[in-house]
Amino acid sequence: MKILVAVKRVIDYNVQIRVKEDGSGVVTDNVKMSTNPPDDNAIEEAVKIKELGKATEVVAITVGEEKAQETVRKALAVGADRGIHVKVDGILEPLAVSKILQKVVDKEKPDLVFMGKQAIDDDCNQTGQMLSALLNWPQATFASKIDVKENKLEVTREIDEGLETIEINIPAIVTCDLRLNEPRYASLPNIMKAKKKPIEEIAASDLGVDVSPRLEQLKVEEPPKRKAGIKVANVAELVQKLKNEAKVI
Amino acid sequence: MAVLLIAEHNNKELRPFTLNAATAASQIDEDVHAVIIGQNSAEAAKQLSELPVVKKVLSVEAAHYENFTAENFAPVIVKLAENYSHVVCSANTFGKNLMPRIAAHLDTSQVSDIIKVISPDTFLRPIYAGNAFATIKSNDAKKCVTIRPTSFDPCDSSGGSASIEKLEAGEEFSNTKFIKREEIKSDRPELGTARIVVSGGRGMQSGDNFRLITEVADKLGAAIGASRAAVDAGYISNDHQVGQTGKVVVPDLYIAIGISGAIQHLAGMKESKIIVAINKDGEAPIFSVADYGLEADLFEAIPQFMEELNKLNTIQK
Repeated sequence: MKILVAVKRVIDYNVQIRVKEDGSGVVTDNVKMSTNPPDDNAIEEAVKIKELGKATEVVAITVGEEKAQETVRKALAVGADRGIHVKVDGILEPLAVSKILQKVVDKEKPDLVFMGKQAIDDDCNQTGQMLSALLNWPQATFASKIDVKENKLEVTREIDEGLETIEINIPAIVTCDLRLNEPRYASLPNIMKAKKKPIEEIAASDLGVDVSPRLEQLKVEEPPKRKAGIKVANVAELVQKLKNEAKVI
Repeated sequence: MAVLLIAEHNNKELRPFTLNAATAASQIDEDVHAVIIGQNSAEAAKQLSELPVVKKVLSVEAAHYENFTAENFAPVIVKLAENYSHVVCSANTFGKNLMPRIAAHLDTSQVSDIIKVISPDTFLRPIYAGNAFATIKSNDAKKCVTIRPTSFDPCDSSGGSASIEKLEAGEEFSNTKFIKREEIKSDRPELGTARIVVSGGRGMQSGDNFRLITEVADKLGAAIGASRAAVDAGYISNDHQVGQTGKVVVPDLYIAIGISGAIQHLAGMKESKIIVAINKDGEAPIFSVADYGLEADLFEAIPQFMEELNKLNTIQK
């Protein structure tokens, strides 16, 4: 069984982002970048399944500019076998990414495609579901537990009301929640080894996919700031303020 | 062309956020039709027809729609979408799971989680966990839009009398099978719509200690929230998580106890009207968004808080 895992390079989750003064976007120059956190969970899960002897190959793929390849290299350092980098510059919408992934799936013929449930930059939460639609495969979104069975997966999904369990036939798409597992760190020897693992580079234009944006980002702005609050001295003062000033209890 | 609203329900009744999504839909275009897909969902369809903003209800019932599987729902809506300019739905786990599947079939770039309708093709949405707002214009002929429910008021729930048209069911998608749903039942208000939310974080130190949060919530008639750290640590179940990848809440009062205030948590609660933070670390980022901050050990502060609440003659519910 072959698992393809899609990873995205985003501004590191610990960075307090800054909006550009001209309203054209957020500042990305000289800002720490990393793999989108739930994509790390997707890689970890695929590697774990391989370690259990239930998968034979884990292929990490990213779609994006030159530097996006770092995320594939990181995936290789934690256990992916080889990488694919579909090179494309500029803004990419989830629809375009899912079309690119569809082309790669046609060629690679994986049994499973994993990715994070949402990227923490655009917060779209679309790509996995879109790819699943384009391939007409089953989708298990927001997965917090995956059991690999014969030709199918049993997946526990985190939903607003609690948990839901579904069974999906392979081939299938799974989008991973942060609670799926605890991603491992890459050891130094594995980082060195990863440098020798192959990464295939593909130009997006060779895939025959129209990636031009359908959405126009007219403006990016700071959200309204909250007025600074006060510190209260003790619990009695807090309750008094809530009762008489804010009038919320 | 009219707007098609996808109703969220549990086969017995509408889920409350359908009303918020209906408001957003009516801001895009006055002509709102609503589709309800389910099994034995006639009562929910009737409720939908009573929303004054809904002009027509389309109802589709079949056994394979009972569990809201996106693979079964999407083809029904894709077929209906021919007659509509927009398809809209709540951006909760139901809509997040379903809408992109529809959008991909329609070859349209979805606009997720909007917080404002600027015009029928232009929307405001948060990005980077709400640390920036983007104004997005869609140039697709058909627009798929999910709505952040807490950013729109619920529409009126009675007074309307839209016609209910029954449609034929589509085929079943055989590669996905529903097994079970574990819903946590509670008499407390729902987290997403509660007037008061009391949340605990890693500072609670254990699942047992979360009973302190429960006591405060019971006293105030509040819903219980949690930070991701508290859920990850197993103190409380995932349906309580507030934040970028959990639920977004905007109560009148949000009380954060033992929560440091990571960017990802603030994303889910910083639009609350009044925020209270109780934390022993005076430098914790949660204080930067708090209207009232109390620097204190929560294990001393919570019992005192209960004592002070007990002294009050009345508490608003």
